[in-house]
Amino acid sequence: MHRYKHVSDIEKLMWKPSHVRNIGIVAHVDHGKTTLTDSLVAASGIISFELAGEQLFTDFLDIEQQRGITVQTSAVSLVHTLGGEEYLINLLDTPGHVDFTGDVTRALRAIDGVVVVMDAVEGVMPQTETVVRQALQERTKPVLFINKVDRLIDELKLPPEAMQARLAKLISQFNEIVRKYAPPELAEGWQVKVEEGSVAFGSAKEKWALSTSQMRKKGITFKDILGASREGGREELAKRTPLYEVVLDMVIRHLPDPREAQRLRIPILWKGDLESELGKAMLSCDPKGKVCMVITDIIVDEQAGVISTGRVFSGTLEKGKPVRLVGSKQEARVQQVGIYIGPKREIVEKVPAGNIAAIIGMKEAYVGETLVEAGVEGEGFEELRYISEPVVTVAVEPKNFQDLPKLVNFLSKIAREDPNVRVKINEETGEYLVSGMGEVHLEIVEYKLKEAGLEIKTSEPLVVYRETIVGKAGPVEGKSPNRHNRFQISVEPLEQEVLKAIDEKVVKTKQDNKERARILRDLGWSADAAKNVMAVVGGNILVDMTKGVQYMREVEDYIVEAFSQVANEGPVMREPMRGVKVLINDAVLHEDSVHRGPAQIIPAVRRPIQACVLLANPVILEPLFKLEVHVPTEFMGGAIKVIQGRRGRIVAMEPEGEATTVIRALLPVANSFGLAAEMRSETEGRAIWATEFERFERLPPELQSQVISNTRKRKGMSPEPPKAEEFME
Amino acid sequence: MLVFVGLGLCGNETISLQGLKVARGSDWVYAEFYTSPLPELDLDGLKTAIGKPIKTIDRKTMEEDPTEILEKAKSGRVTILVPGDPMVATTHVDLRLRAARMGIPTSIVHSSSIISAVPGLTGLQSYKFGRSATIPFPDNPSKVPYEALVENSERGLHTLLLLDLRREEGKHMLAREGIEIMFSLESELGKGAFKEERLTVAIARAGCLNPVVRAGRAGDLVDVDLGPPPHVLVVPGKLHFLEEEALRVFAGAPLTNACRGKGSESQSDVYFGRVKEDPD
Ligand SMILES: Nc1nc2c(ncn2[C@@H]2O[C@H](COP(=O)(O)OP(=O)(O)O)[C@@H](O)[C@H]2O)c(=O)[nH]1
Repeated sequence: MHRYKHVSDIEKLMWKPSHVRNIGIVAHVDHGKTTLTDSLVAASGIISFELAGEQLFTDFLDIEQQRGITVQTSAVSLVHTLGGEEYLINLLDTPGHVDFTGDVTRALRAIDGVVVVMDAVEGVMPQTETVVRQALQERTKPVLFINKVDRLIDELKLPPEAMQARLAKLISQFNEIVRKYAPPELAEGWQVKVEEGSVAFGSAKEKWALSTSQMRKKGITFKDILGASREGGREELAKRTPLYEVVLDMVIRHLPDPREAQRLRIPILWKGDLESELGKAMLSCDPKGKVCMVITDIIVDEQAGVISTGRVFSGTLEKGKPVRLVGSKQEARVQQVGIYIGPKREIVEKVPAGNIAAIIGMKEAYVGETLVEAGVEGEGFEELRYISEPVVTVAVEPKNFQDLPKLVNFLSKIAREDPNVRVKINEETGEYLVSGMGEVHLEIVEYKLKEAGLEIKTSEPLVVYRETIVGKAGPVEGKSPNRHNRFQISVEPLEQEVLKAIDEKVVKTKQDNKERARILRDLGWSADAAKNVMAVVGGNILVDMTKGVQYMREVEDYIVEAFSQVANEGPVMREPMRGVKVLINDAVLHEDSVHRGPAQIIPAVRRPIQACVLLANPVILEPLFKLEVHVPTEFMGGAIKVIQGRRGRIVAMEPEGEATTVIRALLPVANSFGLAAEMRSETEGRAIWATEFERFERLPPELQSQVISNTRKRKGMSPEPPKAEEFME
Repeated sequence: MLVFVGLGLCGNETISLQGLKVARGSDWVYAEFYTSPLPELDLDGLKTAIGKPIKTIDRKTMEEDPTEILEKAKSGRVTILVPGDPMVATTHVDLRLRAARMGIPTSIVHSSSIISAVPGLTGLQSYKFGRSATIPFPDNPSKVPYEALVENSERGLHTLLLLDLRREEGKHMLAREGIEIMFSLESELGKGAFKEERLTVAIARAGCLNPVVRAGRAGDLVDVDLGPPPHVLVVPGKLHFLEEEALRVFAGAPLTNACRGKGSESQSDVYFGRVKEDPD
């Protein structure tokens, strides 16, 4: 008899924090995370296993065969029975890729414990160490599952004693990591112990597992396991002591429930005031308090739209509730609330504190955002972050041409899920240009495309530069092709403070004119210039300094269009411009609008801007990364060597705890390609690091002409930049 | 030598005899058809009549790259055929100036123009027209036609409204579309110069053998089928009694209270386009 779990069953469990666990599964690549996850999903949640008979195994296999069932969803909820009580286990997806963007840390914050999967043959690998270290830093408690024990038996043919010795060694290596990196007060208590059952071992592939508590309960010995290698023995073992039962029992017994976890972790993870109403509600995981939730993943579903998944730390998430997005300083309303049942989403009325919830249809949210109930003061979990400048581009095309529509579809989906990914089509070559925050960020995009079953080819990563000017030029006269319209245009470098205000979106095109004028006056602009800003495009500003020119209003759109064209593609090498102020000093326009349409006005404005830029001593800016490396001190030399070998500048080095050092540096994006591989080999995989766009900086003069000619050639232009005269009459 | 020769308003036969003679006698003949419409044109027939090949040039070449034409004009005789009268509602004065700067002698052979055909067909007196304007397609909007109408109406003058064309896209604005655009300008700017009841004249194929001239309330003209383009609009100002009669006789204008010298003041104001005071 199957017993299907209904939404109502899960809805009841959600309200009992002692019966909820929020966990993740982490592993070195290929150690069996996917196999274990799939197995747990197939076994639980959708179908409660205990009451199911033989029949179940076929269902089980059916679902199991749809491998990768878990990659499509942000979270999975399972129901498991232990000691006659039902428990709700929320399994949050932790990114499988090597991570430098904070995705893993973010996911680890939203869960309270992790199951670390370790291959019994390979043992502790660098990524095992790295991810466990991250978990410990976020105070996420680990338990250990030693996988692929079938290989110890079948391939290494280990006798019972040797096998026990092997397992004991793996466990002590694991505990070594915990001792080294856990916060001191937790290092002892978080050691995993065979006798307590916080370690399990088995085979995710064959779906059996054991722990000492299970061996005691079922009267199984090591000899029995070895004996099971005969024909059909392993299937029997899987029925007698199934993987899901052992692993989920361990999770329930040894990983903390949300109330316990939040009391311990909120003071460390959250930046807000613990004495405030919200702080107290979070510490006690109070469903009656004000809402606080962190978004850990966003996917865009064809039917449902934007789905934001995350952890509710306090209060009760309810349909219709107004919330404030702390990072982006916006208000929004919760349109629909969902929970996960198995890998599927179901709409519910409410989700209380301590659970994983999905919000459907909130377009304003981004990954990492903290939501608090409207009207409540409260900090976020992460630093406020601006949407980063995309600084690296790759061209993507499908291996099979028929896949193009699918690729286009998927790229636009990714762009919506991740505000730092931009997709543009190159009109000349038909390539899709995907821009992101760095090489690794784009590798993640590639990884997602491959996960979606697309075979793609990608170009080498390319740096996105900026063009700017260091001098003034103009006025230069521009004439329309019919010569009945004229403009006088000049350019000057934009003041640093104004550029900063644009970067911070304090000054923008869509803004009340008076408000913008006031800000610009405060930054030192004349009243006249401040009130006549026509457009702001990517760190460049267009100002109408004309007085009483007839019909100016009617051609405004075309003037702005011309300005945008140059701002997006500068004259030196068609890279975006930055920090340029363009002034329209005077204009004479034809009386009849048919003689001053876009075909006349756009070139009449664009060409003098291009000429002015070329006359104003143009230079190239390159993007710099802020690089932060956390490395065990014995590998520090390797990390420094990597940074210095890549035009990097070390800004600071400080010890972090007993065993690690933090290195902060600035690194040109152009020299960041291949960093991951080199860093891994120089530190034997022990460094964790993150790169983030820091700023644009002037390219060293000795590199400039090379960069210009390379970029121009790549874009199919002659290597030499044009002369100003080419844009003048 | 560079000569601009007007092709007149319709087909091959409205070029003047002098124009034909000049074209026949030149070394190279070019033609542009983007500035004004020229219905019933038979280009092959025109080539035969001139006895020379004719090279059609587009706007881009004419404006941005006329070097070839000017170079030829330095050494020989070049004719450019232009619909209508060459310098009316075009920007060709620029080309003429460029030629003059290069020391190339230039001249013009005139032909009929919409500017003179309209007074002819409607009976409106030519010296009572104010400034004219073109109603552009909505993707290149302009208030100028409406502003010109307001200004002219205030002074009791007639307003000729030309209609945009994009030959390369095969688009000619029809009188109906022009009126609709003027209505939306009226509701946007609200100066009362172009209400439904405003007397308006729509003219189709001026200069051809089958022109249509219809006067009526603007709101009614929207529904009138004038046949194929080109079309233009005229919004009369204060009418002289002979103008009024001509509109009735030649353009089927309805009698109004105002025409009969009685009836409500406000209605006649609109009919004659007297503009209400701007509230600001
Ligand atoms: N022999 C054996 N192979 C396993 C076991 N678990 C996983 N594998 C295999 O190991 C490979 C990697 O597993 P996967 O779950 O994809 O690892 P992940 O990269 O950690 O998600 C796959 O080929 C699995 O079939 C196991 O218990 N025994």
